[in-house]
Amino acid sequence: MNKKQWMRVAIPIISIIISLLIASIIIIWIGEGSFTDRIDFLVEAYTQLIKGAFGNKTAVMNTIIKMTPLILTGLAVGFGFRAGVFNIGAEGQMAMGALTATIFAVNAASLPSFIAIPLTMIVGMLAGAVWAGIAGFLKATTGAHEVISTIMLNWIAYNITNWAVTGPFNAGGGIPKSPEIASSAKLPNLLTSQASFMSFGILIAITAAVVMYIILYKTSMGYEVKAVGFNPFAAEYGGINVSKNIIVTMAISGALAGLAGTLEATGLYYRFYGTLSSGKGFDGISIALIGQNNPFGILAASLLIGALRTGSNQMQFAGVPKHIVMIIQSIIIFLVAAERMVMTIMGWNKKKGAK
Amino acid sequence: MPFHIPQEEEYKDYAVVMKGIVKQFPKVLANDNVDLYIKRGEIHAIVGENGAGKSTLMNQLYGLYNADAGKILINGKEIAIDNPKDAIAVGIGMVHQHFMLVGPLSVAENIVLGDEPTKKFNLFDLKRARREVKKISEEYGLKVDVDAKIEDISVGTQQRVEILKTLFRGADILILDEPTAVLTPQETEELFVVLRNLQNDGKTIIFITHKLNEVIAVSNNVTVMRGGKVTGQIPTKETSTRELANMMVGREVLLRVEKEKKEAGEKVLEVQDLKVNDNRDLPAVKGVSFDIRKGEILGIAGVAGNGQSELEDALTGLRKKIAGTVTFNGVDISTATPRDIREAGMSHIAADRYKYAMVKEFTVAYNIALGRHYKQPFADGGFLNHRKINAISKELVKKFDVRPPEIQLSAENLSGGNQQKMVVAREFDYNPLCMVVSQPTRGLDIGAIEFIHSTILDLRQEDVAILLISMELEEILSLSDRILVMYEGQIMGEVTPDEVTMEELGLMMAGSTLEEARSEADE
Ligand SMILES: Nc1ncnc2c1ncn2[C@@H]1O[C@H](COP(=O)(O)OP(=O)(O)O)[C@@H](O)[C@H]1O
Ligand SMILES: [Mg+2]
Repeated sequence: MNKKQWMRVAIPIISIIISLLIASIIIIWIGEGSFTDRIDFLVEAYTQLIKGAFGNKTAVMNTIIKMTPLILTGLAVGFGFRAGVFNIGAEGQMAMGALTATIFAVNAASLPSFIAIPLTMIVGMLAGAVWAGIAGFLKATTGAHEVISTIMLNWIAYNITNWAVTGPFNAGGGIPKSPEIASSAKLPNLLTSQASFMSFGILIAITAAVVMYIILYKTSMGYEVKAVGFNPFAAEYGGINVSKNIIVTMAISGALAGLAGTLEATGLYYRFYGTLSSGKGFDGISIALIGQNNPFGILAASLLIGALRTGSNQMQFAGVPKHIVMIIQSIIIFLVAAERMVMTIMGWNKKKGAK
Repeated sequence: MPFHIPQEEEYKDYAVVMKGIVKQFPKVLANDNVDLYIKRGEIHAIVGENGAGKSTLMNQLYGLYNADAGKILINGKEIAIDNPKDAIAVGIGMVHQHFMLVGPLSVAENIVLGDEPTKKFNLFDLKRARREVKKISEEYGLKVDVDAKIEDISVGTQQRVEILKTLFRGADILILDEPTAVLTPQETEELFVVLRNLQNDGKTIIFITHKLNEVIAVSNNVTVMRGGKVTGQIPTKETSTRELANMMVGREVLLRVEKEKKEAGEKVLEVQDLKVNDNRDLPAVKGVSFDIRKGEILGIAGVAGNGQSELEDALTGLRKKIAGTVTFNGVDISTATPRDIREAGMSHIAADRYKYAMVKEFTVAYNIALGRHYKQPFADGGFLNHRKINAISKELVKKFDVRPPEIQLSAENLSGGNQQKMVVAREFDYNPLCMVVSQPTRGLDIGAIEFIHSTILDLRQEDVAILLISMELEEILSLSDRILVMYEGQIMGEVTPDEVTMEELGLMMAGSTLEEARSEADE
C-alpha cells in the first residue's frame, strides 16, 4: 500500500476515533454525580450501544437490516462520484425503484418465486436507472448540473409515490401504503428469531459491492468511468465517449438505489410505504464519503452506521439520548469531508514534499 | 579562471549559499548533497535535464519544501527558511514554472494581491495600488498595462507581472524556474533585456533552464545538475553549449539531428478547405487545405494562437469541424470520433499535456493503456489485462527512459519531461499510419529532445505520415520535409527547410508572404 492508499483508510478510522472521543466527553458531561460515576455511566452507555447492535441474534439481525439499504445507496452515490457525478437523487431513485417493483410484485402471484424474485429486482433496478438516467442524459446533452436535476427529480418522485399510495395504489385503512406483494415475490428469510426475520437481501447488497469492485478495478468500463471522473478532457482524447459514460454511470447509480428500495419492499415491508426511503438515499452520500467511494469501504461504513443506529435504541435505556449517535455520525462525516483537519490534527500536514 | 568555490569568510559577498542540501522524496533522492554558490549581483544559471532536481532545490530555497539536511546562508548569514514568508522576508522572490495569477483580476490587483494597500476602514485602495505598480514598473523598465485583465494578456506579459509581483514585495534575489519554456523567441529576447536591467539595478538572479544557448546568452556563471547532484560549476565565458550538454547528460550528445533523404510515398491525410471555430465560437481555422504523404514530415510553424491548436484538435476529432473534409487513408473522417480516428491509425501527441494527454491521477501503466484500454492486448472481453498492461508499460518506460521507471507511480509525481516521455511512448506504441505531433518537446531537456527527435525521424523512416506543429523554429526547420506557415487561421505559404532562413520564417509567422519576407530580410 502506498502512502496515499494508506491515508484513505486511516482518515475515516481516525475520524471515527475522534468522534467517539468527543461523544464520550459529551456523555461524561451529561452524566451525574462524581467523576467515577460519570465514567461508569460512559462505560454503561457504550456497553449498551454495543449490546444493542450485536448483543444477541435479534440485535445482529436488526443491524444487518439497517445496513442493507445503506450499502446499496452508498454504492450508488460512490459509483457516481467515481465518474465525477454527484448523484444526490438516490432518495428519489430508491422510492421510484421500490414503487415500481412493488406494483410489479403485487401482480406477480402467477409467477413462481425463482422467476418473480429476480424479475422484481430487475424491474426495481430499471426504474431507478431510468430515473437517474434522466439526470445523466440532461447533463450529457445540455450540461444541466446533476445536483440540481436530481434534487428536482427527488421532489417529483416524492410526489408521484405519495400520489400512488394515497390514490390509485392505496391499500385502504387511511395509511399511505400499497397492497401487500404476492408471496411468490417475497424474499426468503436468511435468519429468523422469535418474531423478527431477516431476508437474504444483505447477500445481494454484498454481491453488489463485489460487482462494483470488479467493475471499477478490473474492467475497461471501470477504467473509463474513472478516467472521465478524473479528467474528462483526457478521457475524450483517449477515445472515451464522455457523454455515454456519464449517462451509463448515472443509470448504474440509479439501479443500485432502485435495488435498495426494492429489497426494502420485498424483503422487509412486503409493500410500499410512503416513508419507505425516509432519508436512506441521502444517507448514501454520508456512507460513500466515509467509505471513500471504495466498495469495501462502503460496506464497512454501512456496518458502522447501521450498528450505531440499532445500538442507539438500547443506549437510551441507559439514559443516554439517542441523538448522541447522530452527533457521532455527524462528526465522523465532518472530519472525513474535512480530511485536511484530520491531517492537521495528526501532524501529517507538514510539507514533506507533497504538493 | 575556473569557478571559484568561496571560503566561509567570503560568504558575505554571496547572496545565496546552499551547502550539503539533501532532499529525499518517497521514491527518489531529488537532491543529493547539493552545494550552490550565487554571488551577489550575478545572473546564475542552473541547468539540468528534467528530473535533475532543479525545481526541488529552488523550492527549498523559497521555503516550499524543507530540506532533510544541509544549510542555507543568505548574504553570509545562516537562516532557516520554513515557508515562503521567511523567504520573502530575506528578499527572495520566485516565479514558478506555472504562473499563479488570478485571471479575471487586473494586472495591478494581481501584483498587490496578498499585500494590498488599504485606505480607511481597511478598504482596498485601488488608486494607490495602480500608482505603486506603475512606479515599480517604470523603475525597472517592465512595461505593463496596469488595468488589463490577466486573462487578456499574453503569456510573456503574464510572466512580467509575476516578476513585478516579486519586486513589489521587495525581492533582491529572484528565482525564475524555466521562465522561457512558455515564451516565443521574441518574448525570450525581451525577458533577457529585463533580466539585464534587473542585474544593473543590483538584483541577483537565479535562472533555471535547459536551453543551453540561453545560458550562454544571459548568465555569468552556471551550475549543472544531473540526477540530483551537481556535475559542474563554471563561469559562462569559459564554456560552450557542447560542454554544458555533456555535463548535463553525462555523455556526448548530438545537438542537431541528421535527417536522411527520403522519397515521400502516397497520400495518407488530405485536408480540404477546413474551417474550425475556437472556444468562443469565432473562426480560428479559416479554410486550410494540405496533404501529407507516407514517410513525410509536414511542419506547421506559427506563433501561438494562430489556429494551430484548433487545427490539431479538429484533425484528431476533439473539436467540431465547421466546414471542409478530412480524408484519412481513403476514408472520410470529417465527423469521426476520437476513437474512430485512433482506430483508423492516427495517434496524437497533444500540445496540452495536462489537459489532454494524460490522467494525472492514474498510474503510469494506466496512462500507457489510455486509448487502448478496451482492446487487446490491454483488455480481454471487457476485462483489463493487468499483466499485459504492466508488462507493456515496463517495456515502454524502459525503452523511452521514463524516470523513475516506476509504472505504479501516479503520473502526477513525474517531472514534466518524464510525463511527456510517457505520452510519447504511448503514442509511438500505437504503430500509427499518421501521427499528429504538437509541441512535442516543450519543456523538455536536451537528452529527451534528442531522443524524441530521433524517434520522430525513425517513424518517418518507417513510412509514417507526420504532422508536426511547433513553435520552436529550430525544431520545425531541422525535422520537416515541407513547412506550412500559419497566420491568423490561414496558411501564408509553403516552403522547404533548405530554401528559407530562420529569420524569413519568423517574418512569415508575423504575416508576411515568402517574397515579402525575403525582401525584408535582405534590407
Ligand atoms: N512532490 C514530489 N514528490 C515525489 N517526487 C517528486 C516530487 N517533486 C519532484 N519529485 C521527483 O524529484 C525529482 C526531481 O524533480 P524536479 O526537482 O522537479 O526536477 P527538475 O526541476 O530538475 O526537472 C524527479 O525525479 C521528480 O519526479
Ligand atoms: Mg522543474
